[in-house]
Amino acid sequence: MALNSKVPKGPIKDKWTDYKNKINLVNPANKRHIDVIVVGTGLAGGSASATLAELGYNVKAFAYQDSPRRAHSIAAQGGINAAKNYQGDGDSTYRLFYDTVKGGDYRSREANVYRLAEVSANIIDQCVAQGVPFARDYGGLLDNRSFGGVLVSRTFYAKGQTGQQLLLGAYSAMNRQIARGKIEMFNRHEMLDVVVVDGKARGIIARNLVTGEIERHSAHAVVIASGGYGNVYFLSTNAMGSNVTAGWKIHKKGAYFANPCYTQIHPTCIPRSGDYQSKLTLMSESLRNDGRIWVPKNLEDVKAIREGSKKPTDLSEDERDYYLERRYPAFGNLVPRDVASRAAKERCDAGYGVNATGEAVYLDFAASFIRYGTEQAKIQGINNPSDAKIKELGQEIVRAKYGNLFQMYEKIVDENPYETPMMIYPAVHYTMGGVWVDYNLMTTIPGCYCIGEANFSDHGANRLGASALMQGLADGYFVLPYTIGDYLADDIRTGKISTETPEFEVAENEVKERINFFVNNKGTHSVDYYHKKLGKIMWDKCGMSRNAAGLKEAIEEISALRKDFWQNVSVPGGANEYNEELAKAGRVADFLELGELFAKDALEREESAGGHFREEYQTPEGEAKRLKEFQFVSAWEYKGEPKDAILHKEPLEYENIEVKERSYK
Amino acid sequence: MNLTLKIWRQKDSSSKGQMVDYKVTEISEHMSFLEMIDVLNEGLVAKGEEPVAFDHDCREGICGMCSMYINGEAHGPDRGVTTCQLHMRMFKDGDTITIEPFRAAAFPVIKDLVVDRSAFDRIQHAGGYISVNTSGNTQDANSIPISKQAADTAMDAATCIGCGACVATCKNSSAMLFVGAKVSQYALLPQGQVEAADRVKNMVAQMDLEGFGNCTNTGACEVECPKGISLDNIARMNRELMKASI
Repeated sequence: MALNSKVPKGPIKDKWTDYKNKINLVNPANKRHIDVIVVGTGLAGGSASATLAELGYNVKAFAYQDSPRRAHSIAAQGGINAAKNYQGDGDSTYRLFYDTVKGGDYRSREANVYRLAEVSANIIDQCVAQGVPFARDYGGLLDNRSFGGVLVSRTFYAKGQTGQQLLLGAYSAMNRQIARGKIEMFNRHEMLDVVVVDGKARGIIARNLVTGEIERHSAHAVVIASGGYGNVYFLSTNAMGSNVTAGWKIHKKGAYFANPCYTQIHPTCIPRSGDYQSKLTLMSESLRNDGRIWVPKNLEDVKAIREGSKKPTDLSEDERDYYLERRYPAFGNLVPRDVASRAAKERCDAGYGVNATGEAVYLDFAASFIRYGTEQAKIQGINNPSDAKIKELGQEIVRAKYGNLFQMYEKIVDENPYETPMMIYPAVHYTMGGVWVDYNLMTTIPGCYCIGEANFSDHGANRLGASALMQGLADGYFVLPYTIGDYLADDIRTGKISTETPEFEVAENEVKERINFFVNNKGTHSVDYYHKKLGKIMWDKCGMSRNAAGLKEAIEEISALRKDFWQNVSVPGGANEYNEELAKAGRVADFLELGELFAKDALEREESAGGHFREEYQTPEGEAKRLKEFQFVSAWEYKGEPKDAILHKEPLEYENIEVKERSYK
Repeated sequence: MNLTLKIWRQKDSSSKGQMVDYKVTEISEHMSFLEMIDVLNEGLVAKGEEPVAFDHDCREGICGMCSMYINGEAHGPDRGVTTCQLHMRMFKDGDTITIEPFRAAAFPVIKDLVVDRSAFDRIQHAGGYISVNTSGNTQDANSIPISKQAADTAMDAATCIGCGACVATCKNSSAMLFVGAKVSQYALLPQGQVEAADRVKNMVAQMDLEGFGNCTNTGACEVECPKGISLDNIARMNRELMKASI
C-alpha cells in the first residue's frame, strides 16, 4: 500500500483553516449514535476523550492506572511551548514552526508541524479557562521561560509540575463528561488487541487488570493515545507501566510503525546508582536556564573528586570546562537535547565523568545565585550586601522557580544541590518514532487513529523541550476532534457495532491463548530477567551512538532473547486475578519485537539525524551528519518476524524552510 | 543491610488478610523503598511464589499511585515524599518494617497492598472542574490578570497528587484535605467563581456519601501529605461551604 499523507494543498499558513472549512461534519443528533474508544488518558487521550464527549460522541476511555489522573504526562516538569509572543521577543507561529522543524533535524512533516504551532497559542487560553494555575509575574500576567534550541521565551509553566497541572486540567474536563455520562471510564484496564471488521477498526479486546476478565468493546473508531516506548530500554524516565503494547498490537493488525530508531536521550537526569535501579529520574531541562554544565579541565581533578579528596566547589573557574559554552557559544547550555546529551557522553567517554561510575557531569547553580541575589539586593534597596546575603537572596529566587526539583534531587542523591553542584547524566526519555499517521492522525488502518507521543508525526528526529505537552494537547483538544468527524460522517447510519461477531471472537481467543501460555509455561526466568537483558542490549548498541556492527549484533541478540523468552519465561499466579507479572509479560513480549525493529530501522538509516547518531556519519567536529537521500519517513509494515518487516518511504519535502546544516554554534 | 518485613497479604477483596513475615538481605541504603520491595518480589518469583502486589507507576513522586502504610505512617517515616521517593537510608540494619495498605472504609483492599481509591474520582466527578468547553473558543489567556499571590496559592493547592495519604493517616478517615485542595484551587481563581457554590456543595455531599469521616483538626494529614498541602485549604473549603449555604 502506498503511503498517502493527505496533506491538503495550498499555502502552509492556510492549509489547516481551509481544510477544516471543507471536511465533513457529523450533526449533533447523529453524534449521539456514534461510539469512540480512546486508549490512554494522558494529555492526548484525556483531552481527546473530553472534547469528543463534549462534541456529543459516546466515549469509552481506558487506562491501566487506577485513575486517568495518573497517566505519565503528569511527570512532565518544565513547561509547554506556545507562540504567544507575550514577551515581545519576536516569537511567531512561523518561528515556533521553524524551531520545531530545525530542532527535529529536518525529519518531520512540515504541514503537521505548522498546524501544531498554529494551535499552540489556543492551548494556553484553553488551559487558563480550565483553571490551570500557570506561573504569573507580579503584574498578574503569565510568565515565560526559555528552553533548549530556541532564542525566545515561549515556555509557559506551573513550577516544575507543568505536566501535572495540564493533565489535571484534562482530567477535570474528563470528569465533567464522566459526570454527564458521555465518557464511560475503564480504569485498571489494558488494551490487548484491536478488532478490525471489514478493514475498519471497530473495537478492542481489553483485560480487566483486577479480575483478569477479558472484555470485548466495540466502537466506530479507535484512538490510540498510549504514549511512548522508552521502556524498551528497561531503564528510562518513563513510568514503570509505560508500554508499547497498544501501538504494537495495531501495528500487527496493519498500522505502519514509523522511525522507531528516533529516541530522545534527555541530558539532565539523575545518574544511575546501582544494578537494582528500577527507573531513572529526570531533572527538568528548565534547569539549564540557570544552571551551567561543566566537568573538570584536568584529569587529576577528576580523580581527586572521585576519591573524595576534592570537592567540586574547590575548583576555580580556570579549572573547569564549561564544555557546552565552549563548543556552542550562541546557544551555550541551551543547545537541543540530543546535542547536550552527546556532549556529556563525549566528556565522560574521555574520562572526565565526576562520579564513581564515571557517568556524570555537573549542573551548577552558583552563578545564578549571585546573578539573582545581586538583582534582589538592588530591588530590596540593600546597600553593599555581603556575599552570603547575595547568595541567600539568589537561592530564594531559585527555590521559588525550581524548589520541588531541588528537593527531589536531594531526596534521591542525599546531597544538597544549593551547596554543591548537581550531578546529571543522559537517560532515555521520549520516543519521537511511533505509529505512522496521516494529516488526519489516522493510521494505515481505517478508523484507527494515533495521537500524542504514540504517533510519529511532529518532532522528527529530535524533540525540543516543552513540545511534548504542546503536541499532546494540540492533538487531543484541537486536531483529532475535527479530523475524526470527516471519517465518522460516513458512519451515521451504521448503528451500534456488535461484539458478537467472528472478528471479535478470533481476537479474544488469540488474547486468551497468549495469557494461558504465560500462566502455564512455568519456565525458569522472570519477566524482569528478560526485560533487563533487552534493556542492556538496547542501551549498549542502540543508545546515544550506534554503528552498523553493533546494530547487526543487536538484531541477532534480541531475536535470540525473544526465542528464549517464549520458551523459558515464568509467570506466577493465574489468569483470572490481579496479576502484575502477567501484565508485565505481555508488555515485555511486545518490547522484544519492537526492539528488533528498532535496531533494524537504525541499521538501515545510514545517516545521523537528531537522536539517531551513527558513528559512521559525523562531521569532522563530531556533529551529526544528515544525508539528503535519507530525507524520508521510514514506515514499517508488519510481516511476521521483525526482520521481515517491509519498508515504505514517505518523502519529506520542505517548501517553507530551507534545509540547512543544523548549527547551534 | 538485612531487614525483616511484616507485610499485609490478602488474596482479593473478599478474602481475609494477614501479616506475613519476610526476610530481605543485602539491601543498599541508596535503594528506594519500592526497589527494596522489587528485590523481595524477585526472590519470591524465583521461588515460584506470588509477589507482593502494590500500586506504583511513575516512581518519582508525582503520579500518586504508590500508597503504603509503613511502620504506622502513610508513605513511611520521611517527610514530603511518597513511598517511591522514600530511601532505605531512613532505616537501619536489622530493622523490622511493618507494611500495610492504606486503610479506610472508603478504600477497600483489592489485593495485598493495593487499594481501590475510585471514591476520590467520584468526588471529582461531582464538581472538580470548571464547565468550559474544550473547543478552544475562549478569551486570551492574559485578558484576566491574576495576582501572583492568588496564582501561587492556587498552585500550592493544585499540587495534590490524590494519593490518599491524608485519608489513611486520619483517625476519622477524612478526605477533607483532598477535597479542600481542589475546592481551594478553583476558589482562588476568577475562572472558578461562577460555579463555586455548587461545586463545594456537590463535592462535600459526594465525600460524605463515600463514607469518609469528618475533620477534627488533628492536622495529621498535613504532616503526612507528600506535597505539603496546607490545612488552610480545609478552612477555605469550610468557608466556601458556609458561603454557599447562606
